[in-house]
Order: sequence, then structure tokens, then C-alpha cells
Amino acid sequence: MRVSKPCIAVLVATLCPALMFGGTISGKVTYTGTPVKQKPIDMGKEPSCAKQHATPITTETVVTGANNVLENVVVYISAGADDTTVPSQAVTFTQKGCQYIPHVVVLHTGQELQVVNADQTSHNIHPMPTVNREWNKSQPPGSPNLSEKFDQPEFIKVKCNIHPWMAGRFAVLKTSHYSITGDSGGFSLPNLPPGKYTITAWHEDYGTQTQDVTITGNETKSIDFSFKAKAY
Amino acid sequence: MGGKLFAVILVVIALASAVPIVSHTFMGANVSLPEDISTHGHDIDKQLDETMIEAGLSFLAAQLVLAFFVFQSGGRNGVLKNFPGGAKYLVVAAVLLVGAEAIALGAMGTKAWGKVYFEPASADALPIQAQAGQFAFYFRYAGPDGKFGVLHPEKIDEGNSNFFGLDPENDIPARDDITSAELVIPANKEVHLMLHAKDVGHSFYVRELRIQQDFVPGLDLSLHFTATKVGKYEIVCTQLCGLGHYNMKAYLNVMSQDDFDKWLKAQSN
Repeated sequence: MRVSKPCIAVLVATLCPALMFGGTISGKVTYTGTPVKQKPIDMGKEPSCAKQHATPITTETVVTGANNVLENVVVYISAGADDTTVPSQAVTFTQKGCQYIPHVVVLHTGQELQVVNADQTSHNIHPMPTVNREWNKSQPPGSPNLSEKFDQPEFIKVKCNIHPWMAGRFAVLKTSHYSITGDSGGFSLPNLPPGKYTITAWHEDYGTQTQDVTITGNETKSIDFSFKAKAY
Repeated sequence: MGGKLFAVILVVIALASAVPIVSHTFMGANVSLPEDISTHGHDIDKQLDETMIEAGLSFLAAQLVLAFFVFQSGGRNGVLKNFPGGAKYLVVAAVLLVGAEAIALGAMGTKAWGKVYFEPASADALPIQAQAGQFAFYFRYAGPDGKFGVLHPEKIDEGNSNFFGLDPENDIPARDDITSAELVIPANKEVHLMLHAKDVGHSFYVRELRIQQDFVPGLDLSLHFTATKVGKYEIVCTQLCGLGHYNMKAYLNVMSQDDFDKWLKAQSN
């Protein structure tokens, strides 16, 4: 009966919460207008990084997909789902090719963040919060991962002082009901018990939008967000 | 006997020390300096040579004189013969000699230095702005309109490649400004480099250009030079500026005028 093990795991993981709660909010994030063109990054001063990119990578302030899809938007429940359980699993933030992967990391307050330096050069990780405590730590190549956490919900800019072009965001939330848009622009917030929710969509350059949704039972509600692109 | 041996050792040390001086002076600057790619660098190299010869000869002479007295007094248990004319006059003569030498070097050196610093850049020099910040250099070109956008330090957004703090939304001249991590310049054309620091003190140093100039926070400093040889050279920060100082560098890319025009056009698009 070896076959059934993963099958059972998948079934439990997908069906059980659905049977228990059932409510899902899903949708898509798009933009209107013309977003500013992202600029190629010159990593000439750090050859060990430059050679990892056959063509130069660009800035990631606004990342879009086909059909006006907006990526790197964090969609989360900002009110309605009190969620104090901190996930025990750490979230990883990797510095590779002098770039932050992923560009936007979502964390629960108090959740462990593992910072990895996969490069042959020193980085320093400098999150610039205003509510949480600011810190700035250097991480030479080959050094162990840094383990950090943030206590207050906040969207935090992250930079590397050694490589000024490196930019990332930590989205520290009070909830684990979140979704981040990828190249399809879609998001899904499953396992919601009946109730009234405020859904917030946050984009690093375009700001936030909110919508209220009421879940009455075992249903899927569809909402979409549309951001207006800035010309500059 | 000990004193005489010491005198001999002094002479040997003096002659051995003269080897790099002589090799520097007679084998040309290439032994110790990288190739000079600027129009003004020749004067600076010449000045270095003159300094080397003067200081080298003075050093040799001083060592030999010292050896002479040590030899003369050797074996006499530290009793010195009188200096010729008395110690006082010799000291005065030495101070005057060294002082005159230092002043002469300074006066001559000012000519070479003044060509870069005391004369303004010519009107048709290519203006480029250089910004130093922890821990990278960035360079800005005025773009097709020939006008630089105004700087708004609060608008600096490095993650979005706005290293200078431009405001393209409201400031039209800023829209076509070109920002580059590499200092790209045409050969045989004078460049007017305007330097400012974003945070702390830094330094702009290109060995091949024979230029080293500090960035001073709060000051807009100016340099002008003409590079003569196509190639890629290193720009390094030579003023300790913090944790990432060791990693603060950029490249000077000297291109032919044609290639430079093409590069500039490609950046504009």
C-alpha cells in the first residue's frame, strides 16, 4: 500500500480544510494604463554576480505579465480573520546573483525568516522598517543563514548597502491568509470560515486597495483588483 | 673597528636603496606606474620623476655624509670630530637646503597640478555628473536635451534605479537624463566631471588618468581631463568610507567618438 501514502496526504491536505471551512476568496490583480519601463541593472562592479545573468536583469518595482496582469501583489485578509497562530515553518529569503529571491517575502509576525547568501560576495541585509526595529547585518560568502523575525505588521523596504541596486520587500502580516500574485495575476484565499472580511491588495509602488467580502458558507467568492499604473 | 664596519654597512644600504631610484628614473615611468592615458598625465609623471631624482640624490648624499662621519669617528669611543665650520652652521645650511628643495618641488608641482584644478574646463567639454555613495559610483549624462534634471535627494530610490533622486514626473529635463554605473567617455574629448557625495567622504581615483580627487559631502567639486586611449580602466574609491569600501569601484570605459555616440543613443532608448 505504498502508493496510497502520498495520495492520502494530498487528499487530507486539500479536502479536509475544504470540508471543514469551505469559503474561498479568489480573483485576479491587473493594472490599467502604461507602467514605467523597468531599467536594466549594471552589475559591473560585482563580476561574480554579473556573470550569472546572461542578459542583465531589470528593476522589479513593477513586474507585469500578459493581459495586464500585475505581479508581486500581496493579497491578504486585513480584518475579519483573527489569526494569532505563528507558522512554525521558516520563510527563506535568498541573495543570489546580487538579486533578492523572492523580491517580495510574506511573513507572519513572529515567524522565522532565514536569510541565505548564495553568492561569492559579501552582502549586507538592511531592512528599513519604521515600526519594527531596524537592523543591518553583513553576511560574507559561505556564512551561515541569518535567522530573524519581526514583531509588528509592516511593509518593509530591504536593501543591500554594498550593492545599491538590490531591493526587496518584507510584507509582515498578522495573518496567514495571504496570497501573492505570480505571472497569472491570480490569488486565492482558501479555508475561510463564514464571516465578514476585509481583503487588502498591496503593491510596493501602487499602494493598497481594499474590498469587503462576506463568506456565508461553503462557497467561492470572486473579487478582482485593478491598479492604475504610474507613468513615472 | 665597530664604527668603521657600521660606516661600510651604511654605504651598502644607501647604494642598495638607490637601485629602485635609479631604475625608476632611467628605466622610465613604466616600471612603477601604469600607462598614462591622459593629456595632462605626462606633466604629473615628469613631476614624480623630478621628485624621485631630487629626493633620491638627497637621500644618497645624506647617507654618504653620515657614513663619512661614522667612519671618521670609528674606534674612538663615540668622540666626534668637529663639524666643518661648527655644528650650528651645518644645521642651518641643511635646513635651508631641504627647505629650498621642498619649495622648489612645490612650485614646480603646482604647474602640473594647476592644469587640472586651477583652469576651468573648456566650454565644449562633455559634462558628466559623478555621484559617490556607499558603496558605488553612478554617473549621469544630460541626455539629448543637454540639460540636467534637478536633484531631489528625498526622491532617491535605488531599488528603482533612481540613484540621483530625479523627479521625471514634474521635471521635464530629468526625463531624458541617462544614469550609468560605468563612466563611459569618448577618447580625445575633454570631459568635465562634476562630483558630489551622497553620504560620506569618498574618492575618485583612476591610476591611468593620473587623477585622484576626494568627494566631500556638501561640496560640488569639479575635474576636467581628456583621455587619449580607448580601453577599460578601473575607478576605485580611495577614501575609507565604511563596511563596503573594499568593494566600491566602477569602470572607466573610453570609447571612440563613434562608439560613444552609439552607446549614448542606445541608453536614450
